[in-house]
Amino acid sequence: MAYDMYQERILQHYRTPKNFGKLDHPDFSGEESNPLCGDRIRFELKLDPSKSTVAEVRFSGEGCAISMASASMLTQKLAGQPLAAVEKISRDDVLQLVAIPLSPVRVKCALTGFTALGRAIHGAPASADPAQA
Amino acid sequence: MDVERIRRDFPIFNRKFHGHPLAYLDSAASSQKPTVVIEAEREFYEQRNANVHRGVYGLSEEATDAYEKARERVARFLHARDPQEIVFVRGTTEALNVVASGLGQTRLREGGRVVTTVMEHHSNIVPWHMLRERAGIDLRFIDIDDDGRLRLDGYDDALDGSAKVVTLSHVSNVLGTVNPVREVADRAHDSGALVVVDAAQSAPHRPLDVEALGADFVAFSGHKTLAPMGIGVLWGRAELLRELPPYMGGGEMIRSVHTDRVDYADPPARFEAGTPNVAGACALSVALDYLERVGWDDMAAHEHQLLERAFRLAAERFDGTIRIYGPPLSEPHDAVLSFSVQGVHPHDVATILDREGLAIRSGHHCAQPLMNRLNVPALNRASVYLYNTAEEIDRLFGALEKVNKVFAA
Repeated sequence: MAYDMYQERILQHYRTPKNFGKLDHPDFSGEESNPLCGDRIRFELKLDPSKSTVAEVRFSGEGCAISMASASMLTQKLAGQPLAAVEKISRDDVLQLVAIPLSPVRVKCALTGFTALGRAIHGAPASADPAQA
Repeated sequence: MDVERIRRDFPIFNRKFHGHPLAYLDSAASSQKPTVVIEAEREFYEQRNANVHRGVYGLSEEATDAYEKARERVARFLHARDPQEIVFVRGTTEALNVVASGLGQTRLREGGRVVTTVMEHHSNIVPWHMLRERAGIDLRFIDIDDDGRLRLDGYDDALDGSAKVVTLSHVSNVLGTVNPVREVADRAHDSGALVVVDAAQSAPHRPLDVEALGADFVAFSGHKTLAPMGIGVLWGRAELLRELPPYMGGGEMIRSVHTDRVDYADPPARFEAGTPNVAGACALSVALDYLERVGWDDMAAHEHQLLERAFRLAAERFDGTIRIYGPPLSEPHDAVLSFSVQGVHPHDVATILDREGLAIRSGHHCAQPLMNRLNVPALNRASVYLYNTAEEIDRLFGALEKVNKVFAA
């Protein structure tokens, strides 16, 4: 199973993650850490002037190949999406996006970014101190 | 020492994972069990099963006798003066909680300073944090240097002439550092502090001498020393155990119970409320016999050879991409090899190694303050014991080459 997990598609995202970094004044931000493995991922989103569509998204932090690749793939899905559609993304959507066989422990890794995204859009608005991340 | 013969004593080595024979390199988390230990557990339930210290019938007397003989066996292992200084508990964690909670009601009731180290396992940090919350103790951490040795230059400041307790691991579960417990204890005693030693990682590898260590309390777990899970030991100086209040209340730990008061039993019964793990204690006794028969010195030499091979392979074949944490092998360094692979998260390393039949630990090793000190989110750890082989070390490094291959850009 290990080698199915570490497909080139996954490793590409791990080595050169998409939308990796931070935004200056995000409208939303949220963070999730997995204390078991020390992973920590932060999602930041900026809306367009209508405040209904995602204009920009970035993620930051550190984690294993699965959590980083999953977060990277997820960011690609978000830009340009109506906020309402982003709110509807489910964990199954994310697991389908990642599309690799995962043991229960590693499913958590694949969902770390998704949980951070959930915190961002459902939780409190962006914290005043992004340097904290 | 005939490792192949030893391996035949451990039925689990018949198992395969992903088509490979199991290479178990996680004994620092829990050791595997030899047949004699499994049989000892079985023998108790088949031949001697009854509650202890209760029945007057023959079977109960046999069970009690077996339990108390196990206590004597552990006392010999620890070079304790008196078997009554041996308290059977579930494991190191419970032992340390008994001590912290008890001291929290006596010497630390009004607070006071407790000194520990940044390399401790959470089981020797969290019970003291709980006392910080409950009794307002002042918890101080001795730092380490970059090779994972305790920095005793800051120790006197930490003691500050007023510390009431110093609590530290004999051997680090992450770094393999063997701490100079005697020196730490002597300086603690000079300043009037009690000394608690977490021997979870040292007991599997050597007979302990509580007097030579200079300890006041020592804790270890059966399941890391070839014995079953759920049995462990707290040793305490008789006079200190006597001053400690009970941890749990129930049957077995009382002298008399009335409607308006209760008189507690003397140690060790005071700390053994409820039905104890008698079968586990008997099996622990058998495990200690087994280790003694193998020979502590031969075992330590064997484990050291395996670590030397691992250090050499890491240095020779990996071009600096593997970083080892902990003191060099020219210094006291027990049975564990913690390392990082450049650019690869420990969980990814462990997942690929699992595919090759290798069981290693990855994560924070229940030592988050240490991870923070080392500035890593997590580490890989391979640990060796009497049943590991040079071939398994070679397999480990062969698999690590695969890890690098998979992750190579």
